[in-house]
Amino acid sequence: MFAAALALVAGGVPACCLSRHSVRAQRATSVLMVLGSLLGWCGLAMASFGTSAVEAGLPWHLPWEQRLSIGLDAIGAVFLIPVFTVPMLGSIYGLAYWRQGDHPENGRGVGLFYGLLAGSMALVVLARNAILFLIVWELMALAAFFLAGAEHEKAEVRRAGWIYLVATHAGTLCLLALFALMRQASGGFAFGVLDAGALTPGMVTLLFILSVVGFGFKAGLMPLHVWLPGAHANAPSHVSAVMSGVMLKMGVYGMVRMISLLPISEAWNGGALLAVGAVTGILGIAFAIGQNDIKRLLAYSSIENIGIICMGIGMALLGRTLHRADLVLLGLGGALLHVWNHSLFKSLLFLNSGAIIHAVHSREMNRMGGLAKPMPQTAWLFLIGAVAICGLPPLNGFASEWLIYLGLFQGPTTGVGAVALALIGALALACFVKIYGMVFLGTARDPLHGEPHDPSAAMRHPMALLAAGCVVLGFLPHLGFPLLHAAASQWLDPAGGAALPEFEEFAPAQWISAVAVGLVAAAGLGYALLRRRIRRTDAAVGATWGCGYAQPTPRMQYTGSSFGDVLVGLFGWVLRPRTSRPALKKLFPDRVEFACEVQDTVLHGLVLPVFRRAAAAMMKLRRLQQGRLDLYLLYLLVILIVLLSWGRHLGL
Amino acid sequence: MNMFIHLVLMLAMPPLLLGVINKTKALFAGRKGPPLLQSYYDLIKLARKSVVISRTTTWIFIAAPVVTLTSIAMAGLLVPLGPFGAPVSFTGDLILFAYLLAVGRFFTTAAALDTGSSFEGMGAAREVTFACLSEPILFFALLVLARISGSLALGDLLHAPLDAGGQGDIASLVLVAIGLFILLLAENSRIPVDDPNTHLELTMIHEVMVLDHSGPLLGLILYGASIKLFVIGAVLLHVLFPFQSGSALLDWGVFVAEMLGVAVAVGVVESTMARLQMRHVPYLLIAAILFCAFGFVLLVR
Repeated sequence: MFAAALALVAGGVPACCLSRHSVRAQRATSVLMVLGSLLGWCGLAMASFGTSAVEAGLPWHLPWEQRLSIGLDAIGAVFLIPVFTVPMLGSIYGLAYWRQGDHPENGRGVGLFYGLLAGSMALVVLARNAILFLIVWELMALAAFFLAGAEHEKAEVRRAGWIYLVATHAGTLCLLALFALMRQASGGFAFGVLDAGALTPGMVTLLFILSVVGFGFKAGLMPLHVWLPGAHANAPSHVSAVMSGVMLKMGVYGMVRMISLLPISEAWNGGALLAVGAVTGILGIAFAIGQNDIKRLLAYSSIENIGIICMGIGMALLGRTLHRADLVLLGLGGALLHVWNHSLFKSLLFLNSGAIIHAVHSREMNRMGGLAKPMPQTAWLFLIGAVAICGLPPLNGFASEWLIYLGLFQGPTTGVGAVALALIGALALACFVKIYGMVFLGTARDPLHGEPHDPSAAMRHPMALLAAGCVVLGFLPHLGFPLLHAAASQWLDPAGGAALPEFEEFAPAQWISAVAVGLVAAAGLGYALLRRRIRRTDAAVGATWGCGYAQPTPRMQYTGSSFGDVLVGLFGWVLRPRTSRPALKKLFPDRVEFACEVQDTVLHGLVLPVFRRAAAAMMKLRRLQQGRLDLYLLYLLVILIVLLSWGRHLGL
Repeated sequence: MNMFIHLVLMLAMPPLLLGVINKTKALFAGRKGPPLLQSYYDLIKLARKSVVISRTTTWIFIAAPVVTLTSIAMAGLLVPLGPFGAPVSFTGDLILFAYLLAVGRFFTTAAALDTGSSFEGMGAAREVTFACLSEPILFFALLVLARISGSLALGDLLHAPLDAGGQGDIASLVLVAIGLFILLLAENSRIPVDDPNTHLELTMIHEVMVLDHSGPLLGLILYGASIKLFVIGAVLLHVLFPFQSGSALLDWGVFVAEMLGVAVAVGVVESTMARLQMRHVPYLLIAAILFCAFGFVLLVR
């Protein structure tokens, strides 16, 4: 059954790329995506998650591993749910957003790699040994590279693609080392609990760091996030939605899986992970506030959310080493619930940004404004996503952050983490009030090209479904509790499954539902009454009060940059905003230009200079690169001989 | 019965606090000042007026005052008054309390941006910016109280000072009280953070955000703001004057007197201090964070 679901998602979907230019081919792709995802959903629904995993294997002829084994357990199921949801909706959205007819040169490529990405992500979660895992991991990374570089005729897109490729391979390098060392400890590549006796404490620490760094590159932990903003901003919007909503979660999945297998016994590991999460969250959202590009802003906000998830995992690990079941349950439960929530609202926001970009042909927020009038439905959907991502009740972001808060309040000194999370929440609110206000409210700052309007049904309905998911999980968070509970107990003890207390003991979610219903009912009733009252008394409509100034223009509105200016200033020590401030000299100054920008400090301050220097130093090695096949073969032969003799020397 | 009194006090008393503050300020200035019940008259007057709505606005502009008022009132249901229990109380409601206040902030600032006025944009930007500093104050304070009470329900947690034992507890509570008082001033846009009476839009925070609201909309906003003062005042009172006599009547009387005392204290601060420069406000808020953080460290050590 699982093999069937898997075969369809992985095998069937890319097959449709064989078709040519026609729109029909693209439709066929989407139909296959939907069928594959639905089959996957059926598979998930039919499996009952006890503590043991469902495993399946096929004989396989690779030198190191004789079986291609896949399996599904509660942790895997948690991560498969977004994999079977977001790409499906994204591909329907793509029918209207990335129409084959409009993009003849790359439409087919996007279709192919989109399916490949979805299928390989499903396999990443299902893989039960390291070799298969690495193969599908690379497949996923490369598919994402080609998707992010869809418009490779633009220099900016190519550059972002290269940065992504380098970063993802730096991560894979860590994973290679990780799996090689794990094989040394356990004697095989199968994913199984490592025996604490076979490992020195130093080795456990090394494995822990390797898995956090290796998977942190994919998830986007600070300071390993350098590829993320560029790649997300330059990919087509439905691809950004999948990358941010699902692919980053594969990094989280790897971290959750590996930490569950490692016999970590020292408390500082969990504390460190918690601290990394807090720093990632605060800096991620601070960078987001400084952005003027709508998709870069959303990408940085993904980093923030990964930080929140990482805080939850860190707390769960802390709970495991301190034998505090409540911390494990609330930490991991909150983190995994946030994985779902983020995949819902961030995909919604990225798809929405696509609709906005279609309408105004720009990603620059400081040029937008007033779109709520011509695009009321888009504005509504965006508002739902924005409220949810700020973690405000009654939507789903609150439920997961609430669980993490409760855990942080219960831990020994983790209370400081709760304050950090509160700061993240307040900054996120500033960030999303800014984006919603600048895009949808006020009036257009630059004259619009054409007439913006709500997108077609193919783009609207996927967004509406994601928004519905935000509402449902916000009002009824306990729907997810059984699966999250199973995943947490399996994480605590992968072999047998540990007995954890129920969520209800620490987190009475039915109260959240009650308050959510009360809030919406009371506010809705009040709004209806007020509307009636205003209609009855004939409200006068006039211009916005300009404090006596008679001729205000849209350009006088507060812009996104000015809105975030004080906060960017408060975080100036790390954001390092670059402004070119022209000097005004004469009484009637000439026309001057002002520009301000927040670049990525890690990328532009550290990574690129180091790489540039390394490139300069490596110029000497250019001699080796002659472009002659015989020479290259000679190099290979020499290296092979050296390696073989080294191996013999070591006695392998 | 106590629940009923809670609701009545929460809904009826807040405008009186504004009257007390204004009367105190008038006394300091040697004026007679407006009558104590002036805020009620204002609200009734505003409720009867018609509305002027800006051409640029959307439904957010009308919805924001209602949503803000609702969420603040909801938050008020979670906070116990005096020694009595809160109408709604469950484990983890302290986080709901903080986030309900944030819901109000989201919609108020969004409505300000809805008008497209640069002044209101400024107000909104300041509001969300200073909230980033006041949120940690609240959470550090809640952490201290949660640690002392061992509970995560506001109903129990805020009663922690009633039976705080050791000296460490008292010291922490004093520090938290200072922090919470600054929070009260900042969240309710009082001097020294904001000046509700100034006539220069450039220098205001809360009042400038609501420049374009008129009639019943403005009434709802003013009423919501006064409830917020009442609710945060109630939180502060738990730390400042934990008191329980056992007689319900006496306890309610003491609570009302204490609440009026808070209003007088705010009035005294407003009369004796000048508003801080806008760029100095973060220093005050960071100082408040550090007061509460000290309180936390004292408990954890």
